[in-house]
Amino acid sequence: MAEAATILLDVQHLTMRFGGLVAIDDVSFQAEPGQITAIIGPNGAGKTTIFNCLTGFYAPTVGRLALNHPRRGQFLLERMEGYQIAQKAGVARTFQNIRLFPRMTVLENLVIAQHNKLMRASGWTVAGLLGLKRYKDAERQAAEQAKYWLDQTNLTDRADWEAGNLPYGAQRRLEIARAMCTDPVMLCLDEPAAGLNPRESNELNRLLRFIRDEHDAGVLLIEHDMSVVMEISDHIVVLDYGKKISDGNPEYVRNDKNVIKAYLGEEEDDDLPEEVKQDLEKKGLA
Amino acid sequence: MADITGSVPEARSLDIPSMLKEAGITALLVLALTIVMVGFRTIDVPGGISVNYRFEAVAVSVGIAFVGRLILILMRRGRSLPAMLVLGPLVLLQLLALLVPDTFGILQPYPDPVLNWLIVIVSVMLLARATWANWHTSQEFTREQLEKRQDESAAKAQKILGYLGPVLLIGALALPFFFSGDRQMIDIAILVTTYIMLGWGLNIVVGLAGLLDLGYVAFYAVGAYSYALLATHFGLSFWVCLPFAGAMAALAGVLLGFPVLRLRGDYLAIVTLGFGEMIRIILLNWYQFTGGPDGISGIPKPSFFGIPMERPEEGVLSFHSLLGIEYEPVHKLIFLYYLILALALLTNLFTVRIRKLPIGRAWEALREDEIACRSLGVNPRNTKLTAFGIGAMFAGFAGSFFATRQGFISPESFTFIESAVILAIVVLGGFGSQIGVVVAAIVMIGLPEIFRDLQEYRMLAFGGAMVLIMLWRPQGLLAHREPTIRLHPKGGAPEPGEVGTDAPDAGGTPETTAERP
Repeated sequence: MAEAATILLDVQHLTMRFGGLVAIDDVSFQAEPGQITAIIGPNGAGKTTIFNCLTGFYAPTVGRLALNHPRRGQFLLERMEGYQIAQKAGVARTFQNIRLFPRMTVLENLVIAQHNKLMRASGWTVAGLLGLKRYKDAERQAAEQAKYWLDQTNLTDRADWEAGNLPYGAQRRLEIARAMCTDPVMLCLDEPAAGLNPRESNELNRLLRFIRDEHDAGVLLIEHDMSVVMEISDHIVVLDYGKKISDGNPEYVRNDKNVIKAYLGEEEDDDLPEEVKQDLEKKGLA
Repeated sequence: MADITGSVPEARSLDIPSMLKEAGITALLVLALTIVMVGFRTIDVPGGISVNYRFEAVAVSVGIAFVGRLILILMRRGRSLPAMLVLGPLVLLQLLALLVPDTFGILQPYPDPVLNWLIVIVSVMLLARATWANWHTSQEFTREQLEKRQDESAAKAQKILGYLGPVLLIGALALPFFFSGDRQMIDIAILVTTYIMLGWGLNIVVGLAGLLDLGYVAFYAVGAYSYALLATHFGLSFWVCLPFAGAMAALAGVLLGFPVLRLRGDYLAIVTLGFGEMIRIILLNWYQFTGGPDGISGIPKPSFFGIPMERPEEGVLSFHSLLGIEYEPVHKLIFLYYLILALALLTNLFTVRIRKLPIGRAWEALREDEIACRSLGVNPRNTKLTAFGIGAMFAGFAGSFFATRQGFISPESFTFIESAVILAIVVLGGFGSQIGVVVAAIVMIGLPEIFRDLQEYRMLAFGGAMVLIMLWRPQGLLAHREPTIRLHPKGGAPEPGEVGTDAPDAGGTPETTAERP
């Protein structure tokens, strides 16, 4: 069991079929705590489907998804309901198309993320209705934790804005802050850099490193932006047509023939125009 | 307010043929609509039914539509002067026809004075607007700017109403002293307060949790029948039955909640509508238990916490003999008024408090995005069921009050139209707005009762008000939302409007982020 303790997430033989379509075909990989694991692959490779299986939105057809929580023990995610995965197993996620609570304020978004903690403190609403001090203290603490993450994401000034009024990049950061307010051991980010400009993208890299180093949370990342992936990932899993085609550190994946083939096509493809071949040679890919 | 661009609308060319064409199309539409509905009228004649032709009314309607449209087009094109010149004489003629009917009566467009006055009022409003536009360079707003301005004014109105809240409350408490002799007025006040309470209860389900419930009256019925049956069969007092009635209604709410957990929006509305009808039909057909269409009569009036509010008899303790005051029948009514006021205020207090608790925030979050809620560990099933249950509980309280006030209930009191009226109060008031519900209930229940003399026109005004609100303010009269928790004290930090919503990332400049580890 010594090995199990060092593995945060152990995905084994995950398969997801939708009718006749096999979206994920027997994928196994592992993620370690305190590391950023990236899942990459061309469009339609099944990256988001893996996320949806991990966070309980889909029930996988086959497979075992074991999460080792450092304090609470092991959870088998494929057997749990979506809200329990976030509540008990400590898996938080963000969405490809941002899902905030747009007409609630930034701070309220972060306080809702601490719902279960506050529910207990409010004695399942009874103590809260009576206005007991216990709940008031808990609410203050929740606001403090929210403030901490607002500081980390540079949103403190806009804490009382409606979330829907924030600019796009700030909404992305807020979604990450909201996920972190649930105190997760694993943070799943679905294309966090999509639609960000280079400056915001850099800022995101810094935030993700901060989360990894200071909070000991494992980060699972889906991303198309290779500058983000190669710069911050400790470990990369490459998917194509639902199958895992490569798995290793960034250096290994970058030079893996299978990966190059999946992204750029067959290397000995004679149909390629002359200019393209030269271009590939120049970049050292062919 | 620097970002609102004021621009003088340039007087566009006066393209008369196209204007006439547009007005003509409007007139044709009105013709098509009115020729059947207004032009023919069936009347009873001895030996059957006959048709009365009223083509002059059709002609008048078409004419009014044509001229009205023409004026609107003129005003839209910034030609307010011609609009004024057309409108002014028309208004004068109208006023003459109405004020001096002996000489100018022939000019009245319709035989009915109410309609004529309505037309005059609308024309005067248009004239005022044209005059205003003629002397002030008007500003043209995009839809978003307009909405923002409306939001701001609603926020302002709400702020004022916030100060007015205590004043309204004192007014409500003092109302019986001003109208102590006027039974009708207190009756209307009781009715309005009942609807305010129902509106506040439904606001939990629809306004906070975002679950469109078209069968809310079912819970009202469950509460009413719970009290009526317990009181008539077992002789239990109102105060003992009240919690029971609330619990029964809450149970019904949770029962309805279970099968509809996965439904949203239109589908949920249809199922709740069906549930409302089911309850009514059960009440109608289960004759042995509910008395069916005969209803339940002789429901006892509430006592003052065990002390009866009846005419004092020798040797029996009563409210009046206890206080040593003269018995008057209206006191009973005043007591009922205070009872429903207390129940309504309880509902309000509960809602205001629970909004700031985790469960209340979870309801609002669920309204905004259910999937995001699940990803944050909020249990959507429990959250929805508590919303249904608590909303239904208040309907149950209101229902037992209704039963005790009427003394007689039957399924006829719990038809779909009641649900629709309660929902309309919530929608018109603004989803989730407590004071909006009060305003809407007064407007929708109180005014029609007070203007009962206008007969069928009150329904016309009702429909007209709904259409106008849906056109101008679809989010409701007072839909400004106050945050449940703040980091910065109010006014301390920049609000979105002050910075400009399209400013690129105003707070998160790279300079400030550089210090972060």
